[in-house]
Amino acid sequence: MLAFIIRRLGQSALVMLAVALISFLMFRYVGDPVASLVSQEATMADQALLRERLGLNDPFYVQFFRFIGNALQGQFGISYRLQQPVAELIMSRLPATIELAFVSATLALTVGLVLGVFTALRPKNWSTGVIMTASLVGVSLPTFLIGIGLIYVFAVELKWLPSFGRGQVVDLGWWRTGFLTESGLRSIILPAITLSLFQMTLIMRLVRAEMLEVLRQDYIKFARARGLSKRAINFGHALKNTLVPVITITGLQLGSVIAFAIITETVFQWPGVGSLFVNSVAVVDVPVMAAYLMFVAFIFVVINLIVDILYFIVDPRLRVAGGR
Amino acid sequence: MAEPLLSVRDLKVVFHLRRGDFTAVNGISFDIMPGEVLGVVGESGAGKSITGTAIMGLVDRPGEVTVSNISLKGERIDGLDEEGYRKIRGKRIGMVMQDPLTSLNPLYTVGEQLVETIQRHLPLNQAQARERAIKLLAEAGIPKPEERIDAYPHQFSGGMRQRVVISLALAAEPDLVIADEPTSALDVSVQAQIIKVLKELCASRGVGVMLITHDMGVIAEAADRMIVMNKGEIVETGSVGDIINRPKEPYTIKLIEAIPSIKSQNPRYAAAAAKGQVAAANEDDAPLVTVENLFCEFDLSPSVLSRLFGGNRKIIKAVNDVSFTIRRGSTYGLVGESGSGKSTCARMMVGLQPPTAGSVKLEGVDIWNDRGAATKRRRSIQMIFQDPYASLNPRWRVGDIIAEPIRALKLSSSNAEVADRVADLLTKVRLDPGVMHKYPHEFSGGQRQRIAIARALSSQPEFIICDEPTSALDVSVQAQVLELMTALQEEFGLTYLLISHNLAVVRQMADAVGVLHNGVLVESGPVEEIFGNPQADYTRMLLDAVPDISKVA
Repeated sequence: MLAFIIRRLGQSALVMLAVALISFLMFRYVGDPVASLVSQEATMADQALLRERLGLNDPFYVQFFRFIGNALQGQFGISYRLQQPVAELIMSRLPATIELAFVSATLALTVGLVLGVFTALRPKNWSTGVIMTASLVGVSLPTFLIGIGLIYVFAVELKWLPSFGRGQVVDLGWWRTGFLTESGLRSIILPAITLSLFQMTLIMRLVRAEMLEVLRQDYIKFARARGLSKRAINFGHALKNTLVPVITITGLQLGSVIAFAIITETVFQWPGVGSLFVNSVAVVDVPVMAAYLMFVAFIFVVINLIVDILYFIVDPRLRVAGGR
Repeated sequence: MAEPLLSVRDLKVVFHLRRGDFTAVNGISFDIMPGEVLGVVGESGAGKSITGTAIMGLVDRPGEVTVSNISLKGERIDGLDEEGYRKIRGKRIGMVMQDPLTSLNPLYTVGEQLVETIQRHLPLNQAQARERAIKLLAEAGIPKPEERIDAYPHQFSGGMRQRVVISLALAAEPDLVIADEPTSALDVSVQAQIIKVLKELCASRGVGVMLITHDMGVIAEAADRMIVMNKGEIVETGSVGDIINRPKEPYTIKLIEAIPSIKSQNPRYAAAAAKGQVAAANEDDAPLVTVENLFCEFDLSPSVLSRLFGGNRKIIKAVNDVSFTIRRGSTYGLVGESGSGKSTCARMMVGLQPPTAGSVKLEGVDIWNDRGAATKRRRSIQMIFQDPYASLNPRWRVGDIIAEPIRALKLSSSNAEVADRVADLLTKVRLDPGVMHKYPHEFSGGQRQRIAIARALSSQPEFIICDEPTSALDVSVQAQVLELMTALQEEFGLTYLLISHNLAVVRQMADAVGVLHNGVLVESGPVEEIFGNPQADYTRMLLDAVPDISKVA
C-alpha cells in the first residue's frame, strides 16, 4: 500500500512538472513580458535593463528552474491587470470556489446516488421513466441556460433567492466563508444547483447502468438463493460493486466542478477563481493564467490520487496486484 | 414408502417473449427422497436449470411459473411471496451454481459472506457464526480454515472456491441442495474431489440433492436416480444403472451413444489392430511438425526495477522443455489440467507467442526464426478456438469471416473467385452456401464451430491447431463436429494438434498423445499405449479422475 502510494506520488510529481513546463512556456513566450510590464514611454535601454533584472536573458533551463522554485514557494509573479501577487489573488478567491464546489458536489453525489439506485431497482416503475426523462434535460441543457432560467424563476419572478454574489461573508482570518450567514447560505443555493445538475444526472445514469449490470451477476443470484434480505443484497452486495467505476468518473467530474465552474461563476457573478480566470483571459493577464493552469492540474492530480487510494480500499483484488 | 423430501407436480415455466410464448419446462413431475441424489441430465436448452430455479422461486421476468404444485416435506412451497421464499432459500433449500469464479462477491471475504448467510437463518451471534463458518469450511475440505476465512474469493483457486460455495449452500442446514452444473467449470481432477465432497457432506446430513448437469459421467459417478430431460419434458426416469445400461427411449439412447467413453479404444487403432497392422505406423516418415525443447517463461516480477536488477524475480515457466513430433496426416492430442501450458504451447506453434527458447519446425522450417517463415506459417498453420461464440466477429457476415484469410494472404484475386471458394468451403463443412450472407448470431454453437472450421480451412493449411474445439458444445453436437473433423482430415490429409481436457475425446480422435503437467511433458506416445498402459503417476491420476458412465455397475 505504502509503496503504491509513493509510486503514485512520483507519477503525480511528473505530471505536475510537465504542466509547469507548459505553464512556463506560456508565461515566457506568449507575448513579451517586458512589454506588458513597462509603460509606453520606457526607452529601449530601460527595457533591456528590466530584461536583465528579471533574468529573461538567462538560458532557458535556468529560467525554468527558477520558475519551478518560485512556484514551489507559491510565487507566481504579479498580475498585470490588478498589480497584486497572483498567489494572493487566487487565495482570496479560492474559498468562494471551494465552498460552491463542495456544496454542488455533495448535492450531485447524494441525489445522483439515491436516484441511480432507485431507478435501477425499480426499472418498470412510472417514476423511473419520469426521472430518466428529466435527467436528459440535465445532461443536454447548457449550464448557462439552466442558471439564467433559475435566476429568472427564483430571483426575478418569485424573489425567493438572490440572483448574484455571495451575500455576507464572515472572515475567519485565513478563510472567508459564506456558510455562517443567512444571506450567504441563500446565495449559494442557485449556483450550487446549476453547477451540480450536470454531474448529478451523469452520476445517476452511471450508477443506474452499473447497478443494472451488477444485478445480473451470478453472485447476486447466488446471494438471493441463500435467502439474504433484499436490503443486504441491494445495498451490501450490489451497491459496493457498482462503486469502482462510479468512483473513477465521479472523481474526474468533481475535479471539473472545481476547475471549470467558470460559466456558473460568471452567470451568478460568483467571486471565485473561475471568474478571476475569465477576467484575466480578457486582458491577457499571463501570470494569472499560468498560475490557474497549475492550480487546475494540481486539483486533478490530487483527486486522481485520492481515487486510486479509494480503489484500494473498495476492491481487494487490486490490493494484491498493486501492493506487492 | 417414505414421504418424498421434494415433490414436484406439473411444473410448467413459460417465457413471455416478444415473438410469442416459449415453454421452457412443460408440465414435469418428479420426487426426491430424503438423502437421495437425483441427477437431472439433458442438453442445453432442455430446461434443467430452469427447473432448479423454479423450485427456488428465482425465475425472473420474462419467465413465469404458470402451473405447479411443489412441496417440500409435504408443505407447499410454490407461489409464495418474496418474503416466504426468502425463508426457504438458504434455510431449507441450498444452491450451488456452476461457475465458482462468478458466484462469490469479489469484494467481501468468504468469512463475511458465510457469516452473513448463517446469521440470516440461524440465531447465532457474530462469534458463534464465525466458529460455525470455520467448521463448515473445514468440512468442505479447505485447509487451514481459521486463516483462509479472512481471504477474498480471488485468493482461492477454482476448486477451492467451489468448496466455499458448497459450504455456503449448506450453511443453514438445508433439507435439499440444488447443484446446477457444480463441476462443469472445473478440471477433471478437481471435479472428482468436488463431487466427492458434495456427496459426502449431503450423505452425512441426510440432505437430498438435485444434481443438474449435462455430463452423464458426473451423474454416473454421483447420483442414485436420474431423469433425462429434453425440450422441457422428462424423457426417461429411473435408477442410474438402469438408464445408462438399458436406456429405453430413443433420445436417451442417442444421448448415451454420443458420449465418447474414456474406456473405448481409438477406432483407427482398433481397425488397424484388427488387420494386424499396429506396428506399421510409418516410423520412417519425416514428421510434418517438430517441436524441440520448447520453453516459454513469463516474467511476473513485481516491478521494472526488480526485473532489471534481478532481486525478487518471479519467473513462471509456462512451458518447460517440451519436445514432440507430429506425423503428416495424423492427430496429436495434448492433454492436461488448466494451467498446464497446453494453450501456451498452441500459441507458440501458431505464431501468437514467441518462445523463450526452442524451436517449432514445420517441414523443417523454423516458423519463428527462418527467413520467410512468417508467410509460410500464416498460410500453413491455422487455429480453431474453444468458444465459437467469441471467436467469430459478430459484426461480420459469415462469408467475410471465411474469406478473410484468403484476402489477407492474397490467395485469390477476384471477388467472384473468393465467393466460389467460400461457397465450396461451406459445403465442405456441411453448411448451405447460402448462409454466407448471414451473421454469426443466427447460428447455433455447433454451426458456428463449423464456420470456424471453414475459416481455418480457407487458407488451405496443412496443420490445424484445435484448442478445446468441442468443450463449449453439447455432447450430440460434439459428436457431429468431431466426425466432421475426422472426415476433413481424411479428405485433405490434414494434420491436427488437438488440445482438450476431455480425455475421452482425445482417445477417440488422436493417434498420439502428450500429457502436460505444470509445463512439463510427462508422457508422450501412441494413444493406446498411453491410455492403455500409462507410465507417469500424473497420467494415471488424470485417467482415474475422469467420471465415466462405464463405471456404473
